[in-house]
Amino acid sequence: MGIQGIDLSLIWGVIIAFGVMMYVIMDGFDLGLGILFPMISDAQERDVMMNTVAPVWDGNETWLVLGGAALYGAFPLAYGVILEALYLPLIFMLAGLIFRGVAFEFRFKAPAEKRHLWDWAFIGGSLLATFSQGVVIGAYVAGIPVVDRQFAGGGLDWLAPFPLVCGVGLVVAYALLGSTWLLVKTEGMLESRMRHYSRPLAWLLLAMVLVIGAWTLQLHPELATRWFNHAHLTVFAGLMVLAALALSGLLRSLRQRHTHWPFVFTLGLMFLGYIGLALSIWPNIIPPSVSLWAAASPATSQLFALIGALFILPVILMYTFWNYYVFRGKVRIGDGYH
Amino acid sequence: MFNLEALDLARIQFAFTVSFHIIFPAITIGLASFLAVLEGLWLKTHNDTYRDLYHFWSKIFAVNFGMGVVSGLVMAYQFGTNWSGFSDFAGSITGPLLTYEVLTAFFLEAGFLGVMLFGWNRVGRGLHFFATVMVAIGTLISTFWILASNSWMQTPQGFDIVDGRVMPLDWLAIVFNPSFPFRLAHMAIAAFVATAFFVGASAAWHLLRGNDTRPVRKMFSMALWMALIVAPIQAVVGDAHGLNTLEHQPAKIAAIEGHWENADNEPTPLVLFGLPDMQAEKTQYAIEIPYLGSLILTHSLDKQIPALKSFPKEDRPNSTVIFWSFRVMAGLGMLMILVGVLGLALRRNGKVYRHRGFQRLVLLMGPSGLIALLAGWITTEVGRQPWVVYGLMRTHDAASQHSVAQMSTSLALFVVIYCSVFTVGIGYMMKLVSKGPQPHHEHPPAGTQVQTPRRPLSAVTDNLESATRVH
Repeated sequence: MGIQGIDLSLIWGVIIAFGVMMYVIMDGFDLGLGILFPMISDAQERDVMMNTVAPVWDGNETWLVLGGAALYGAFPLAYGVILEALYLPLIFMLAGLIFRGVAFEFRFKAPAEKRHLWDWAFIGGSLLATFSQGVVIGAYVAGIPVVDRQFAGGGLDWLAPFPLVCGVGLVVAYALLGSTWLLVKTEGMLESRMRHYSRPLAWLLLAMVLVIGAWTLQLHPELATRWFNHAHLTVFAGLMVLAALALSGLLRSLRQRHTHWPFVFTLGLMFLGYIGLALSIWPNIIPPSVSLWAAASPATSQLFALIGALFILPVILMYTFWNYYVFRGKVRIGDGYH
Repeated sequence: MFNLEALDLARIQFAFTVSFHIIFPAITIGLASFLAVLEGLWLKTHNDTYRDLYHFWSKIFAVNFGMGVVSGLVMAYQFGTNWSGFSDFAGSITGPLLTYEVLTAFFLEAGFLGVMLFGWNRVGRGLHFFATVMVAIGTLISTFWILASNSWMQTPQGFDIVDGRVMPLDWLAIVFNPSFPFRLAHMAIAAFVATAFFVGASAAWHLLRGNDTRPVRKMFSMALWMALIVAPIQAVVGDAHGLNTLEHQPAKIAAIEGHWENADNEPTPLVLFGLPDMQAEKTQYAIEIPYLGSLILTHSLDKQIPALKSFPKEDRPNSTVIFWSFRVMAGLGMLMILVGVLGLALRRNGKVYRHRGFQRLVLLMGPSGLIALLAGWITTEVGRQPWVVYGLMRTHDAASQHSVAQMSTSLALFVVIYCSVFTVGIGYMMKLVSKGPQPHHEHPPAGTQVQTPRRPLSAVTDNLESATRVH
């Protein structure tokens, strides 16, 4: 598996998991803005909402392309099987991302009377992309049958209650990320409106997580043994306790009208959920049957690609942090990045 | 039959999305180098014409780059969604090469594009020029990786087959496979030529409308010099590329030539025009020139080129398609050389800036570079069929097992999205072109944003529709 004892598959697995997490967290809140867009009708407030992510949204999507390319390079079997199995939802996701991406740019350049068309492209694109991503995650967790290194399921396997509910769940999660992001970045009416939405969204997310969690255990009873057996119980119990703390922290900070903490706690919740998911699937890359090592490309391929990744990923990370740092602070009506 | 239809739809979808995509990177590659040259000339000569041209074209570059990123998002996923058999078989080689392409593209965007597009007033001139040059080099490095991957699919080497899958043995041999140097040179030059004709046509449009300013003249002149020098070089490189293909993919050449069989010791003629018929195994209505086929492809008067009938039927690429796509490419190439020569002839006394007939010709030739580029890619990709990895894996074994309904849905979706979204984008670029170069003010007026985003499209502040005529 490795060269001189280095487990390259493990390194790549961690890199890809990290990339996908960066994507879910960072593109999550800007997709969330599109989901919240219909609740805000004031054109100026809509401008402010978009301006809060205008400098960063395309960098956020970088991680999605990087994740796809890295998966292709390091685990071509997983890349082929997962993308084939989830064909239509992935195509819908890409379609949604294209629409909202272009809407982002051209909304500000469009004449006022045509701006609402781009608004709808932004809302529709964000919703479609988020829902499809949720469906993708749900279908992935439900399991992708593989026989002889080929996808052995049906083209519409994803069109089942569990993935669809996961789609709704992700819409709620991204909406909460978006609303708490706006608490950080805006003020006045918009901020108080978002504070108003955040609380029910948090409770709704809790309900969705409980439903999806119980459903997952019912789909995969073996997970219950893993979660509750002695060796892992401490880890999962720890995650649960942290999640409960994060949720109560979120609700308390909303009540106390903090600006930054609700977003931090929401990020914490997303992070914990992601870790829980990753630990449940481990060591598989195509659940329920194909492990990281079984799907790996030869060590020479993984090593070749790793050299470039180790050189360039830190640069991208530094640039990302710098970009967020430069554009820190509240965005006000009339402020424009355009 | 059912499967074949889904396979056809998969091929159409890939052809459609990649054809749309390649237009943007091609112009990106060409404009990035053009901008580096403009900025370099400005620093050297202090002639403000170059600076104004730099700012004019960097806006168009920004929009074009944005379109390339959005259309490229789809490409990163298509190999898995539509070609999972190929991904599993050859992903150990094409996967890391694509990873490098993506990493390079993002490194470029992260590091230097921001400085190039937004740093004019914030960094020193030398540093800004350095950033522009790095962006230009970066686009060429991206080209390097993606063409290494494509060329390996055409002329694979440096691997072993283990358990029915490709196992890379020698990365140097993989990257520098036999067709790679030729294809890389041919594509990079094609991007330069396409950009030269885009720039030339933009200038011709302004000249025809009476917008006869120094920057417009300058870009017209630069585009024509480029056409004069680079179009003939492209013909030479194309010829070398053809000889390389003859050596490694003889069936492709036979199909391009519509050449079905060899008589004893008879030199191969060149079929100038005709209609290759795959069923009847002959080229209908052929107009032939004796000896010329041998002369062009073997550089001799007696050697023969391989004939299509010497390949089993199931190994023949579709001659009907690539016979014509090749002639479109080569014919446009000849026209481009002609435009370059005409431009030189008309330079005397600056006639080139007044000759409306010539300007109309250059305007008409605006898209010729891109059309030739697409025709060339159709020739080399359809000519690789029926293989996806030449001689190793057939295209029908590469496709994902999707139903016709799924494939039609996704194809229809892509057609609708691409046509609506990219039409707006291209329309916006045309609008920027129509504004023409403006004198650049070194210091932004007071009250201008201190913070600006580092996204390509926001480098451009012009409105999408309202035609702001500048006085």
